[in-house]
Amino acid sequence: MGTSTIAQEQVAQERARTGWPGFGSALRDWFNREGSAYAFLAPYSLLFIIFIIIPVAAAILLSFTFFDAVQPPRFVGLDNYIALITQDDTFMRYVLPNTIQFAVIVGPGGYALAFLLAWMLAQLPRLPRTIFALILYSPSMTAAVAMAVVWKTLFSGDQTGYLNSFLLTLGVITEPVQWLQSPQYLMTIMIIVTLWSSMGIGFLAMLAGILEISPELYEAAAIDGMNSRLQEIFFITIPSMRPQMLFGAVMAIVGTFQAGAIGVVLSGSNPTPQYAGQLIVNHIEDYGFLRYEMGYAAAISVVLLLMVLFFSRLATRLFGGGS
Amino acid sequence: MIARRREWWSQYTGLRNRGMNPSGFHVSQIKFYVILIPLSALMLLPIVYIISSAFKPPDELFAFPPRLLVTNPTLKNFTDLFSLLSTSGVPISRYLFNSILITAITVAASVFISSAAAYALSKKKFRLKQALFAINTIALMFVPIAVTIPRFLIIESLGLLDNFWVHILPVLALPVGVFLLKQFIDGIPDDVIEAAQIDGASDLRIYWRIILPMITPALATIAILTFQAAWNNAEISTLYINTESQRTLAFYLSTLTSTTTVNAVAGQGIAAAAALIMFVPNLLIFIILQRQVMSTMAHSGLK
Repeated sequence: MGTSTIAQEQVAQERARTGWPGFGSALRDWFNREGSAYAFLAPYSLLFIIFIIIPVAAAILLSFTFFDAVQPPRFVGLDNYIALITQDDTFMRYVLPNTIQFAVIVGPGGYALAFLLAWMLAQLPRLPRTIFALILYSPSMTAAVAMAVVWKTLFSGDQTGYLNSFLLTLGVITEPVQWLQSPQYLMTIMIIVTLWSSMGIGFLAMLAGILEISPELYEAAAIDGMNSRLQEIFFITIPSMRPQMLFGAVMAIVGTFQAGAIGVVLSGSNPTPQYAGQLIVNHIEDYGFLRYEMGYAAAISVVLLLMVLFFSRLATRLFGGGS
Repeated sequence: MIARRREWWSQYTGLRNRGMNPSGFHVSQIKFYVILIPLSALMLLPIVYIISSAFKPPDELFAFPPRLLVTNPTLKNFTDLFSLLSTSGVPISRYLFNSILITAITVAASVFISSAAAYALSKKKFRLKQALFAINTIALMFVPIAVTIPRFLIIESLGLLDNFWVHILPVLALPVGVFLLKQFIDGIPDDVIEAAQIDGASDLRIYWRIILPMITPALATIAILTFQAAWNNAEISTLYINTESQRTLAFYLSTLTSTTTVNAVAGQGIAAAAALIMFVPNLLIFIILQRQVMSTMAHSGLK
C-alpha cells in the first residue's frame, strides 16, 4: 500500500507542476517503478501463458462443446460431464477404479518410500549417501523410451523373457506367461515400474530437507528423554521439514498422474488389454486422438486436473501452515 | 594395548557418528546398508541390463536361457546402430545432432529465462508479485499430459507444427524451475542488492553481476532438469514434427522399441545401444552437478 500512496503523491505533484492531468507521466512513473520487473518476467510469462494457461483455459472451454476437429466446436453445456458420469461405462467400470488403485498405491506408497529412503540415506556418511542417492535417482533420469526397451524384454511373453526364463528354471511356472498382455498382471507390473522410477526430485528435496535440520534439535529432544526413532521422525524430522515434505508430496501427486501412460507403453496398445491398465490419461488419448471426440476428451482432462488439484490441496492441509 | 583397541572400537560404536549426516562409519548404520544394498541392486538391474545388452554379441542376445551379464563384450551393436538408416532413410547421426542442438539451446535459454523471472519474483517490488508467484506455484501441479489436445491445437494455430522451435519453446515453460530459483534467490540478503543500487547499478547489471554468480547451484539444478526434459523428449517429435530429419534421438529410440513386439530380441542389442547413448549424458551431468543440486534442494520447500 505504501508504494501506491507514494505513487499517487507523485502523480499529484506532477499534475500540480504541469497543470495537466498526467496520464502519460503516471504511465511513465509506473514504468520506472515496475517496468523492469515485468521486463524480467516477460519471456517466461509469455511462454507460461502460451503453453500452460491457454491450454488449460482451452481445455475448460472445449469441455463444454462438441468438437470433432473438423467442424467448429458446438456448445453443448454440461453434456460431456453428464455423459462421463452417466453413460461412459468404460470410464466407470475400468478407468476410474484403475486410476484410483494406481494412484493410491503409487502416490502415497512412492512418497512414503521416498521419505524412508531419504531418512535412511541421511544417516550415512557423505560418500555412500551420494552413491545410493545416485542409484535411487537414476531411474528418474532415464528416458521413458529407454526404459520401454528394458521392461519389454524383462517381461517378454515368450520363454526368452528374463522373468519367464527365471521362473521357468525355478519351476514356479510351467509355461511362459504373457505378462504384459494379461489383464491380471498388467496393473501390478505398471505399479512396480512406476514405483521403481518414483525417486525423483521430490526424493532429493526430502533428502536435502532432512540434512538441513539442525542436530541440536535431536540433542535437545534426547535430553528431554525422547529415545525412540519413531518419535524422532514424527516429532522432529517431519515437522522441521514440512515445506520439503509438501514439495515432495506435490511432486509425487503430479508424477503419479503424469505416469499414466505407462500401461499403453508396456502393453503396446490403447486401449490396454481388456482395459486392465487403462488410466484416465489413456482414456483422454483414446477419445481425443483415436476417436476425435475432442470436447469429451477435454472434459476428462478437466476432471484429471481437478483431481490433481484436490490431492495437492489435501497435501497442503497435511503439511502446509505451520513452519 | 587392550585400551587402545577399545578406543578404536568405540569410534564406531560411540555417539559421535550416530544420527543425521554422520562423518564416518558407525555400527548403527549397518542396518541401513542391509536394506539399501539389495534395494539399490534391484533398482540398478534395468540399467545393468541396458549396459550389458548394448555390448552383447548376437549369439548372447539370442541365448537361451537369457543371461543378464555379457561374457564377450563387443561394439557391434554400436557400429550397427550408426550404419543403420531409419525406415525413411535418416541416419542416426542426424537424430543425435538434432538432440544435441535442441538440448543445448533449451538448457541455455531456460537458465536465463527462468532466472530472470525468478529474480523479478524474488527481489523486485511490483503489485502483482504475490499473485504471479501464487499462479506459478499452482502450476507446479500442472500435468502437461492432461492438456495434450488443446496444446496441439494451439501449437497448430501458431504455425509451430513441424517447426524447429517447437522442440524448445514448450519445454521452457518449466514452473518448477522458476519456483526453485525463486526460493534460492530469496536466500540472498536484500542488503547486497541495495548496496549495489546505491552504487548506481542498473537492474540488468544487478541480475548479471550479483544474482547470477550467487545462484550457480540453483542454475546447475535448472540446467539438469531442463536437460532431462529436452534430451529425453520423444513426445514432441511424435506429436508436432512430421519431417523425419527434424526429429530427435529419443524419438528414434522409441521407434526401435515400438516395433519390437515382432522382433523383441533381434532389435534388442541395437535398442540397448541407443538407450545407453541416451542414458550416459544424463548420468555424467548429474554426477558432475550433484553437489549443487543438493544445495538447491535444501531451499525447495513449499509453504
